Amino acid sequence: MPDTASRPGMLEQEAHRLRAVGDWTLPHYARLRSDVIRVHEARTIDLERLGDLDTAGAALLVDLLGPDTTREIAEASHRLTRERRAMLIAVADAMRVSLLPPPTPRTTPLTALAGLGLAVERLGRQQLTLLGFIGLTLSRLLGNLLRPWRWRFTSLVAHMQQTGLNAIPIVALLTFLVGAVVAFLGATVLRDFGATVYTVNLVAYSFLREFGVLLAAILLAGRTASAFTAQIGSMKANEELDALRAQGLDPMEMLVLPRVLAMMISLPILALIGMLSGMFGGALVCSLALDIPITQFLTILQRDIPLRHFLVGLGKAPLFAFVIAVIGCLEGMKAGASAQSVGEHTTSSVVQSIFMVILFDALAALFFLEMGW
Amino acid sequence: MTDASNAIIEVRALTNRFGDFVVHEELDLDIRRGEILGVVGGSGTGKSVLLRSIVGLKRPDGGTVRVFGEDLQRLTPAHRTRLERRFGVLFQRGALFTSLNLQENVALPLIEHVGLSRPDAERIARVKLALTGLPPSSAGLRPDALSGGMVKRAALARALALDPEVLFLDEPTAGLDPIGAAAFDRLLTTLRDALGFSVFLVTHDLDTLYSCCDRVAVIADRRVLAADTLEVVASIDDPWVRDYFHGPRGRAAADAARPRMGPSREER
Repeated sequence: MPDTASRPGMLEQEAHRLRAVGDWTLPHYARLRSDVIRVHEARTIDLERLGDLDTAGAALLVDLLGPDTTREIAEASHRLTRERRAMLIAVADAMRVSLLPPPTPRTTPLTALAGLGLAVERLGRQQLTLLGFIGLTLSRLLGNLLRPWRWRFTSLVAHMQQTGLNAIPIVALLTFLVGAVVAFLGATVLRDFGATVYTVNLVAYSFLREFGVLLAAILLAGRTASAFTAQIGSMKANEELDALRAQGLDPMEMLVLPRVLAMMISLPILALIGMLSGMFGGALVCSLALDIPITQFLTILQRDIPLRHFLVGLGKAPLFAFVIAVIGCLEGMKAGASAQSVGEHTTSSVVQSIFMVILFDALAALFFLEMGW
Repeated sequence: MTDASNAIIEVRALTNRFGDFVVHEELDLDIRRGEILGVVGGSGTGKSVLLRSIVGLKRPDGGTVRVFGEDLQRLTPAHRTRLERRFGVLFQRGALFTSLNLQENVALPLIEHVGLSRPDAERIARVKLALTGLPPSSAGLRPDALSGGMVKRAALARALALDPEVLFLDEPTAGLDPIGAAAFDRLLTTLRDALGFSVFLVTHDLDTLYSCCDRVAVIADRRVLAADTLEVVASIDDPWVRDYFHGPRGRAAADAARPRMGPSREER
């Protein structure tokens, strides 16, 4: 390295004679580039007082002189060191190909319209794929139902621990808090009618029919659908799914069925915990703020609330569980090899599964209303 | 060490362990300016761990690593970052950023460290990609659209982004077909001659050793068994070295390289 420490690189112009001075290196690139653009084109250059040179600087020289002239100068100049000559020639040869930026697609109203069309078509296909995957899962499920020796208990129990047991604290805490909030809301509104005691019915109805299962399902959609997608997606990126298929094993049976079944067993249990915990939150608010002791809360519960509300609520849980697990697994299978793709599909699986849960809940509410249940 | 002044990286008494498993014990190694040092050893002898300890990705459990005359462990983070900018690393599987296209991959360090504008940085990036022999059309591609050989080339272009003084390559030719591997070897020597960097090359590929390494370091029994020219290392009396260099593949690689290497071993 020359001892003339870091002189900024410059392009000097004296009566049609160009001279490269100082360090033509990365730190001075922006300035040098504007110099080079100003000169535009040159046939020859004096490199006597050139300091350091790196590939960025060499690329600028080639920009200025063109690959052929650079090569000639490098070969003819005896003052350049062997390494520097080699670098100039290597860079000049590399820059013979066109180095224009790859064309970026322009957006016109027409391409925007085409983009919209593509998005709609993709949405439609996505629903078709989902339906197909649901069918495939169901057929494998039925096929395996009568062959207990192919049930994968270890995998099933492991997934039940991850999706069910480990989710109990968060589900219990969340529903407890929502239960307390609903009780407060009810008390505030019902007080005007002198009907605060109906807070008990409000809490019980809402949690048995809707909130217990809905909150648990939304939590699992965020917690477990994303995990399923990320697990299966990175397995796919690592070619593990192909390895299973190549060994004659069925990824549906090995990976998807245990997850779907674990979810269908866990979610009803979590929904039950959610109902209990939510009503406990409501009961606590009732006893502390409304002077309805817990025993009275329980008596009203036993006397006024029919069992069918509980059954209506719990009956939705397996359906939600199935939809969440299937979407989580399918998105994982659709993921590509890049980190970006796994991320996109994880997001999509959470959004889709929460959307589906709420959609199905609304449809179920209509159905039960019409049936008078 | 006679070559102490010429060594840009000095590893002294390096110890690395994972739990009870000792990978390196009192390991010494020098990397000299401008050389291509091939590092060989059986699987699990800690070649990649050695690379990671030198570039600062793993903190050694003992010993020192001096880089450009300074002890990496004792530097302030800012100073250390400045030193690490003089390294270029090519990871085993390329480790290209999958969310960026190739020219953005190479331009990232230029934008972050040098503060170039995006068009300038991407222009330099396209020069680097061309230097590593990738066609211009590849600049806009994402890494998942590339073949194995192209990934290695693009990763090399990224490692060269800041004109490093030392290049660390972790099995660059693994997974390439023989033609692609030979082309990569040629590319490496061409670029080394042109850009003048030193290379720390972890490899299993005997052809690479014969065609481009100036010196070879053999890692065995938790330390460097020998670090010298290929002829000297190959003549060491050690069971692993014998099997490695004089097994069927070793002989084939030596035969293939003989016309270039002048006087061969038989004449000594």
